[in-house]
Amino acid sequence: MRKFFRGTYLGLLLTFLYAPIVVMVVLSFNASKSRAKWGGFSLQWYEKLFRSGEIMHVLYMTILIALIATAVATILGTLAAIGIHAMKSRNANLIMSISYLPMTTPDIVTGVSLMLMFVFIKVPLGYGTMLLAHIAFDTPYVLFSVLPKLRSLNVNLYEAALDLGCPPMKAVNKVILPEIMPGVVTGALLAFTMSLDDFVISYFTSNTDRNLSMIIYAAARKGIEPTIYALSTLMFVAVLVLLLIVNKRSALENVS
Amino acid sequence: MKRSAFAGPYVAWMAMFTVAPLLFVVYFAFKGDSGFTLANIQKFLAPTYLNVLWRSLYLAVYCTAICLLIGYPAAYFLAGKDFSKNQALFVLILIPMWMNFLLRTYAMMSLLEDSGIINQLLKAMGLQPLAMIGTEGAVLTGMVYNFVPFMILPIYTSLKKMDERIIEAAEDLGADPYNVFRRVVLPLSVPGVVSGITMVFMPAVTTFAISRLLGSGNFWLFGDIIERQFLEANDWGFGSALSLVMMMLIIASIGLLNRIDPKKEGSGAW
Repeated sequence: MRKFFRGTYLGLLLTFLYAPIVVMVVLSFNASKSRAKWGGFSLQWYEKLFRSGEIMHVLYMTILIALIATAVATILGTLAAIGIHAMKSRNANLIMSISYLPMTTPDIVTGVSLMLMFVFIKVPLGYGTMLLAHIAFDTPYVLFSVLPKLRSLNVNLYEAALDLGCPPMKAVNKVILPEIMPGVVTGALLAFTMSLDDFVISYFTSNTDRNLSMIIYAAARKGIEPTIYALSTLMFVAVLVLLLIVNKRSALENVS
Repeated sequence: MKRSAFAGPYVAWMAMFTVAPLLFVVYFAFKGDSGFTLANIQKFLAPTYLNVLWRSLYLAVYCTAICLLIGYPAAYFLAGKDFSKNQALFVLILIPMWMNFLLRTYAMMSLLEDSGIINQLLKAMGLQPLAMIGTEGAVLTGMVYNFVPFMILPIYTSLKKMDERIIEAAEDLGADPYNVFRRVVLPLSVPGVVSGITMVFMPAVTTFAISRLLGSGNFWLFGDIIERQFLEANDWGFGSALSLVMMMLIIASIGLLNRIDPKKEGSGAW
């Protein structure tokens, strides 16, 4: 009885979560543009999607910005974590509270604040400013993924390396980095996802240079656009496959 | 070179791209034609804008409450030890969270629109179509749909972390299932509930895209009027003042929530 109730409850929840997605996937294969009738199976919206120079260019730029932002944020954030770890607690606390700022500030406020600054100092809005903004909101995620790893590291190892004549940069590379690598990777993945997925901050810090989320928003405001269904379906499948792989890997790790 | 110097580039970056922009918001909010002004803050106190704030607040509170009502039982069932295959189910419930929220909102649109799937079904059954898109109900549905996984995840985590032996101890001491839940499980899951509420309430009270897409521009939320000041009305001063009010609102609600769970997530219940 209890099991039945649970099953029904979770079943209903899954229906609520997946009904819109299923509808979207089905409509992406619909030959007719109208939602009202099923015009037969067709791949025309996928074809249109891949033929669309604009969407392909935006997809390329979105991924490029996410990659660059992740690379810069990972380096800045990891170095920052190593530095903060060695600081007196008063300085460290100050920097940490500033690092919490982008996470507690609503996205829309982060977006408009950056836009205000860029316009005020006369930097033209575009992919460049979008990239700067992405690095700014990505970096704290790296910092907060790396710091816990550093806390469980033996502090004296780095000093020992320096005493033995190792230059600071090399000591970081050879002593600290290998130990904190899992945190760095987690932070980089988080940063990449946040950047790829961002809408609000990009929307305010760029204008005609759009990323994928901005294209979807513009299309959604115009109404029915089956190519967006096709795009959504592809993105959904990508996320699904990625999560299944991650899940498989962690399951394997649990076994071994 | 001291090790703390490694944080230098980061500190410079944060000063430039996080702290400085926020100072610009403060500057524009209080800058009048001739020096300091409170005019922008006063403008916000007009009934039109206070109504918008009120609507944003109650929609966000409803959304958070509904997410909690739906999410808590779901997290509780998923964390249950005798629920087989729950790992796969858990992943299944979290997948939508990894989809872009605009895509999820877009999917919701295709269900709720006047010529959308729900109305097609109603028509096929010979019933009157419903006017759903453009109502507060549609916006609320869209918010709950988008944010409910963010409620389930932290509650699930806090329930999973719980020591099974505490529950067994309560049972051994004669507590019935109701009391085990009310006096043991529920208090121990408070940190998860608090971070779930934070993760749902914040985006709900600040959103503008969801209300624009599912509300069809029939009514405004707080986020909408901020967006308007910057992208349509070009009133930076008023937009900055509104942004400040929103930040204060968020800081106040975080402060309030921290009082419910003063030890904060992660320090554990013991």
